[in-house]
Amino acid sequence: MKRFWSWLWIALGAVYFFLPLYATLRFSLMMKKGELSLLAYEKVLTDPAFVKAFVFSAEMAVFTILVSLLLVVPTAYWVHLRLPQLKPVMEFITMLPFVIPAIVLVFGLIRAYSKPPLLLTPSPALLVMAYCVLAMPYMYRSVDVGLRAIDVRTLTEAAQSLGAGWPTILFKVIFPNLRSALLGGTFLTFAIVIGELTIAASLAWPALGPYMAVLGQNRAYEPAALAIMSFVLTWGSILLIELVGRGRGGLRSDQLAGTH
Amino acid sequence: MDAGYQAKQLKKDAPAARPSFPRVNWNWLGVAPFFLFTFLFIILPASVIFVGSFQDLRGNFTLDNITGLFTPYILNSYKLTIQVSLVTAIGGAIFGFLLAYAVTIGGLPHWVKSVLSSFSGVASNFAGVPLAFAFISTLGRVGLVTVFLKGLGIDIYNNGFNLYSFWGLALTYMYFQFPLMVLTIIPALEGLKKEWREACENLGASRLDYWRYIGFPILLPSLLATTILLFGNAFGAYATAYALTGGSLNLVPIIIGAQIRGDVLNNPNLGYALALGMVVIMGLMVLLYSLLQRRASRWLK
Repeated sequence: MKRFWSWLWIALGAVYFFLPLYATLRFSLMMKKGELSLLAYEKVLTDPAFVKAFVFSAEMAVFTILVSLLLVVPTAYWVHLRLPQLKPVMEFITMLPFVIPAIVLVFGLIRAYSKPPLLLTPSPALLVMAYCVLAMPYMYRSVDVGLRAIDVRTLTEAAQSLGAGWPTILFKVIFPNLRSALLGGTFLTFAIVIGELTIAASLAWPALGPYMAVLGQNRAYEPAALAIMSFVLTWGSILLIELVGRGRGGLRSDQLAGTH
Repeated sequence: MDAGYQAKQLKKDAPAARPSFPRVNWNWLGVAPFFLFTFLFIILPASVIFVGSFQDLRGNFTLDNITGLFTPYILNSYKLTIQVSLVTAIGGAIFGFLLAYAVTIGGLPHWVKSVLSSFSGVASNFAGVPLAFAFISTLGRVGLVTVFLKGLGIDIYNNGFNLYSFWGLALTYMYFQFPLMVLTIIPALEGLKKEWREACENLGASRLDYWRYIGFPILLPSLLATTILLFGNAFGAYATAYALTGGSLNLVPIIIGAQIRGDVLNNPNLGYALALGMVVIMGLMVLLYSLLQRRASRWLK
């Protein structure tokens, strides 16, 4: 009897999860009247505007990943090694992007950086910085969990006593030990940035999110195809995170949740 | 030179020979880039909104923008946003809890739990524009389920359902809400020790007694904390709502988005106050969340 209820809830959950996916998949295949075809996918993938938007978003994702790695990893390492009293401050700061919703953040950024001498709104750098803020909590938490799992001080001192300089310590000792944490943070950042709408649309960049939103207003079948493709992309990112997170100190899936 | 003066000088010189030089902790330099980034791209934009909320168009101090929030149009938009967040947070928490309970204590095989966790990881991150598209393909006017039900003689759109309204949006938000509950509450349920239940049974307690006096009180902080997390998750959401309703629902994030594109409120400073209100509500939620988390971690190690 107890099992019956358990299976019932799981069945309901499965319907909730799969029905929209199944419906979207069916819908995306119905572009040609009377038969199932991949026409909608073909239309999307051969649209030059789609390719442009995708490449732009992918570029922004790469820059965001690079900047946030450079920003978060050395800082988190340094805090663990030399300034452990700063840990609560770091936790507070990395909570801030939750307190300030993306739409409010971009509102403030536009008003702060839209006139000289702080004219940044025409530059994609501002978009990348805003994405770094969005990704910061996840990146920091991932690296922080990774650092907690290894003994930073002993590893650093051992390397130093063997005559290693800072570059050797970072690139040959610390980073390899943080591999799964860094990869987890990287994939998650990619998943957040690639289809992001709020900030890209507000700053008027031709990114994938705004492209999809416009397409949704004008077309019927192509958006369904795009939804399926982006679902596969999300699935791939999460799968990779879980794969690299198997080892110690990885990001677990309960630490996830993107921007909605 | 008299001896007294010399002695005086000696006395004076000895301690002051090495003037105390303030020791600089160079370690702080290591975190300077991060703090600079935080200042420029979080603190500064937040301050612009904060300061703007208390200024009139000429830059003088005023409370008019704050009182301007208490007009029917804005109050209603806050009410609507809070309602959507509350409904999907509580709904998502209940449904997510039932699923998590089913796979942890409900006696299902172990593989169900890992499958559920994987799907939840994906679903909680599947949001924004693609999620809106998926629900339009499913329950939109020509969506697959809508058409299927019509074939059975049930026209859901004639019976009060509309995907582009409050309940449609809530149903869509639930897609990323309940998986997040599943992911965060499974560890809490697993933290309930078998020994506690056994001790209870040995003392003659029934299952109901166990849940009433042990299980539920221990889980309560975790349950509340996660519900707050879900509330915040929906409260700040913009992309899903925008792609689904195209801005026809007056949610606070939607109004702020419109305010960015063009001054829809006819008062830029009122826009700042609107955004500030969101930050205040989110700040309270995060504060409550961390307090509850601290309490929850007392038992669940």
